[in-house]
Amino acid sequence: MLEISITIAYFIISLALLLSFVRLVIGPSLPDRVVALEMIATITIGYIAVYTLSSGKTAFLDVAMVLALTAFLAAVGFARLVTKGGGAHVD
Amino acid sequence: MTEILVSLFLLIGCGFMLIAALGLVRMPDLPMRLHATTKAGALGAGLMVIAVGLYFFGDVGVAARSAAIIIFIVLTAPIAAHLIGRAGYFVGVPMWSETVKDELKGQYDTHEQVLLSPAKGDKDAEEQSDRS
Repeated sequence: MLEISITIAYFIISLALLLSFVRLVIGPSLPDRVVALEMIATITIGYIAVYTLSSGKTAFLDVAMVLALTAFLAAVGFARLVTKGGGAHVD
Repeated sequence: MTEILVSLFLLIGCGFMLIAALGLVRMPDLPMRLHATTKAGALGAGLMVIAVGLYFFGDVGVAARSAAIIIFIVLTAPIAAHLIGRAGYFVGVPMWSETVKDELKGQYDTHEQVLLSPAKGDKDAEEQSDRS
């Protein structure tokens, strides 16, 4: 029961990761790409949750916690970079 | 019983994650994309982490870490979305061509990033906006 749903979860979440990569590649502006990066970080947290279930090693939850913190800091930094105009970007 | 509950939370969380990714690809506009990813993505990740906490039920360390992850996601996702949307609006990312109303248009000085609407003394604020 649980093995089957873990396999299905891996498949669905990989599909979501693929769709986010599509937006990361074709995103017309820099903030769109930042949104895609944020989504990829959230999906990676979900990936870590599924892997914790399938491997039984609870130490991976620390990784998920640190990843959530880092993704938030990256989003704040990107927003500041975009607002203050720290480089060329496509509108 | 526990396995059924864990599978249910895991699959519902995955579904919300997929919906968020679909919205990220299909929505026509930066604020709409933010709307899709922030709400559905945070809910999906939270449900999946709840599934982990249920699977290791009784382990206090896992429960505490799961609760910390969920609280952190729920606290930081709206802040990050607000910052990105604000930056995108100031940079001038084009909105959807069928957008009905833009309430913020003309309310902000996009260079100084301060609100133009005066609290009191209309003349001073108008002079300032004329000067800039």
